[in-house]
Amino acid sequence: MENLLAGFEMLARWDVVLALFIGSIGGVIIGAIPGVGPAVAIAILLPATFGLDPIVGLTMLLGIYGSSMYGGAIPAVLINTPGTAVNALTSYDGYPMTQRGEAHRAVSLAYSASFWGGIFGILCLILLSPVLALVAPMFGSREIFLAALLGIILVILAHRGQIFAAGLLAMFGIFLQTVGLDAVTYTQRYTFGQSFLSSGVNLIVVVLGLFALSQAFFLLTEPDNSPDAKPVTGKMSAGIKELLKHKRVATVASGFGVVLGMIPGTGEFTAQFMSYTYAQKTSKDPDAFGKGSPEGLIASEAANNAVPAAAMIPLLALGIPGEALTAMMLSVFYVHNVIPGPQLFQNNIDLVYGLYFALIALNVIVMVFLLFSTNLLTKIIRVPTRFLGVMILLLSFVGVYSLRNSLTDCMIAAGFGVLGLILKRLNLPIVPIILGMVLGGIMEVKLRSSMPRLKTPFDMIDRPISFILFALILIVLALHVRTLIKEWRAHEPEADHDLHDSQMR
Amino acid sequence: MSRVQTLQSLFKRYRRPGDIVFAWFILGFSVLLLSQIADQTAWRNGGKLFAQPRFWPAVSLGGTSVFAALHLISSALSDRIEGRWKEVLLWFKSLEYAGWFIAYALVVPYVGYLPTTVAFALALAVRVGYRKISTLVISALSAVVIVVLFKTLLKVNLPSGLMYESLPDGLRQIMLTYF
Repeated sequence: MENLLAGFEMLARWDVVLALFIGSIGGVIIGAIPGVGPAVAIAILLPATFGLDPIVGLTMLLGIYGSSMYGGAIPAVLINTPGTAVNALTSYDGYPMTQRGEAHRAVSLAYSASFWGGIFGILCLILLSPVLALVAPMFGSREIFLAALLGIILVILAHRGQIFAAGLLAMFGIFLQTVGLDAVTYTQRYTFGQSFLSSGVNLIVVVLGLFALSQAFFLLTEPDNSPDAKPVTGKMSAGIKELLKHKRVATVASGFGVVLGMIPGTGEFTAQFMSYTYAQKTSKDPDAFGKGSPEGLIASEAANNAVPAAAMIPLLALGIPGEALTAMMLSVFYVHNVIPGPQLFQNNIDLVYGLYFALIALNVIVMVFLLFSTNLLTKIIRVPTRFLGVMILLLSFVGVYSLRNSLTDCMIAAGFGVLGLILKRLNLPIVPIILGMVLGGIMEVKLRSSMPRLKTPFDMIDRPISFILFALILIVLALHVRTLIKEWRAHEPEADHDLHDSQMR
Repeated sequence: MSRVQTLQSLFKRYRRPGDIVFAWFILGFSVLLLSQIADQTAWRNGGKLFAQPRFWPAVSLGGTSVFAALHLISSALSDRIEGRWKEVLLWFKSLEYAGWFIAYALVVPYVGYLPTTVAFALALAVRVGYRKISTLVISALSAVVIVVLFKTLLKVNLPSGLMYESLPDGLRQIMLTYF
């Protein structure tokens, strides 16, 4: 109880409240504009938050992360263009509803389902906290190494159909973090005698290049386009009543969001597709799915909004980010010398509770904001894409240059920007590079620190948690091989689609 | 085709034109880096394998090379998609904007953050095809908002321009501190 109060106290500051408002409302706007996603916004703002208090900076970034999907549903429903990548499935049922003249119903239902998912996710996080506080200290170096390894494997395997590409990019990410002076042996690694490489390749520079600059290049090299969304009329609160008729679907979808959000590498996409499949299979009207089914819309939106809270679980409890946005947030913790992991629950539990309350507050702020400002957002999303590209390019400079006023950083970021553009054009994933860098660093440090306690390789898995993690790795790999064999036998040609253009926004 | 697809099919990613060019490039690059491992990393005699400074570069570059080779093979075995070189040309075209970005970073410490940002916003807007006065004015105003937000209000660590030094006393101080 004391901790809860301390957490609440953390939020009761004008700068935190302001950061919460800027983050959550800014996040909705960013999410609503096709072309900028939370990853671009967080990458740009990241260095600016380093000068702020950890709770202020994290609240702002968390606000953007948690609220962007609310905004992303608007263009998904109204113009069949998802605002953020994870709203892709929303357009499946949202847009047909708009075509039927039910735009108001679809948008308000999307908001209500998002709110349901968001709050459900946070409640799970709060209820799980005592368990996390109990389990987290059982994670020593070996367990964290194995958890990070499991994360890398899942990230690679989650990119079905592009596993080789995801594998090479994740490995490339691991390589990038090895460049520079080795912290233990003080030997140079792949510096080619260049002093600027001795300090290594900075994660923020890579993130800014791959997410922000590449997006600027992408928009600037594409033909200009200005999305045109029609205004919506009617009371936005109507969706809440309708949602209550589909409580089961919303709750199960949120449950999928929570469970899959916790597992590194899986996240929103898997949660959405599993909930969507569930909703369709258990629906009285399965044929309506894909043609404007409210249940499909609810399943998709409730699932993706439950993920941000759940994704905080491996980040806070183990210091292991499951996807790009939490990987970026990890650097905010490090800059302030707050190391997420088992100790966080013992030493900084007030910060953890503060973040929980911030998540609840941001969902409420966003919901209230959206009830009154949907039509304003339909005007904002008309920003021409090339203009957006110019602005992202100018803003990326703030992010890269403010780190250490280095022109070299700008050049490296520009190089990664071009790499990011190529990956986006090829529809190859960017996230494995970032997770490779972060998880690769964790794996190297933790494997080294566990070495003195290992006499034989079996000592690596002689503790219960490490054994479970090792078994999980084997199960994941075995399941993947099984799926491959099944697919090989079925051998069905597939149709092309753009659903996985996750890196586009 | 039904719009509702199975979980598996929704997870597939598909090849785009130019995939094989990227596959060749990344394979060549990773093999080149791997060939330098003896020069670019050290081996400590007597140390455990997993604690060697060479261990992780070797694992990661070895992994990159193997996956890149597999990616290349799968790309080579797939049907050819039209428009490969047109796509590669577009990648090269993006270098122009990378150049704009580096030039912007190069100019700021001399000319100052505010004038450079406004000038680049206008120049880039013209470059990408905007000609209407209203769009150009909006570009310039957006640039001013970016400067005020990050430099004036958030006091983000950005350099003051050398050119500001030649301004009259009072104005110089304001420009150096806020813009």
